[in-house]
Amino acid sequence: MAFVNMKTKEVQAKIVFYGPGRGGKTSNLEYIYSKFRERIKSEMVSIKTHGDRTLFFDFLPFDIGKIMGYDVKVQLYTVPGQVKYDATRKLVLKGVDGIVFVADSQVEQRKKNVLSLKNLQENLSTYKKSIFKVPLVLQYNKRDLKDVPLLPIEVMDKDLNSQLKVPSFPASAVTGHNVVPTLKKIISATMASLQNVLK
Amino acid sequence: MGSEYDDNASFTDYSLGPEQLEVIEQVLEEDLIESGVHSVMLIDMAGNIIAQHDNGEAQHDLYSLAALASANFAAVDTMAKIVGEEEFSLLFHKGESENIHFSKVNPEYLLITIFGKDVALGLLRLKVAEAIQKINDVW
Repeated sequence: MAFVNMKTKEVQAKIVFYGPGRGGKTSNLEYIYSKFRERIKSEMVSIKTHGDRTLFFDFLPFDIGKIMGYDVKVQLYTVPGQVKYDATRKLVLKGVDGIVFVADSQVEQRKKNVLSLKNLQENLSTYKKSIFKVPLVLQYNKRDLKDVPLLPIEVMDKDLNSQLKVPSFPASAVTGHNVVPTLKKIISATMASLQNVLK
Repeated sequence: MGSEYDDNASFTDYSLGPEQLEVIEQVLEEDLIESGVHSVMLIDMAGNIIAQHDNGEAQHDLYSLAALASANFAAVDTMAKIVGEEEFSLLFHKGESENIHFSKVNPEYLLITIFGKDVALGLLRLKVAEAIQKINDVW
């Protein structure tokens, strides 16, 4: 539910990083924040527990410049990944314009990825949105891990993307590998979906 | 997927024209800023800022404030439902020198007012109620 201000020629769009707990959603935002520090005027907001787990969300406003004559501001959010925080996770999805699903590449997280994606589909449907229609990008995170078995990309594609058929990126939020391409992809998909509003 | 989904749900364009925004900004200024409020924002439930006005001295990070305010309102609203209330009518945080007041304009919008000690809560609530009425008349 992007807001288009015809008077100031400004667009605000909401992009949410979704996925299982400890999958690297907050790390994605932290990398973006450090990478684009000079372009992000405000502080990153994190509502987290004492154990450093996301309790409600992280928030990062990101000014991406002019698109089609509009000054575009994307608001990046993460959701808490832990299963027990479903009520707050649902609240963060309200008014979402684009989603990055951050999956964990570790073999032992395989089931959690699938459950979290299913949870996304359910939560979107409470806002009458279809996971097949919303701008969506998959990120297979933690490809940098060396000491634990990782799922082959083909298996992750089969598990998560066989029906969705959306763009996907193997990535590492910690090293920054493919974090920016993931972001660029979801921004362009989101803006494309807003095109008929921005005529 | 069928008819249970609203295909247009992903991009609600509120059809607020420049003239309507002009009127809303005028209401924020004349009804609230001129009554001594430091800063006021009309935001939507997703955390976007629709209109904003301040007294020229308030320097807040408005985008973060809007994101947190909408999330806070949504959390309190959900708590209300859990304890069997339709909604909590007074949402107000009192500080040493700054206070924040939340008010629902309609199901999509919230009015967030930041004010100091010099404005009485009762007067503020009255002014906010008047402003909300005028904003709702714009639609």
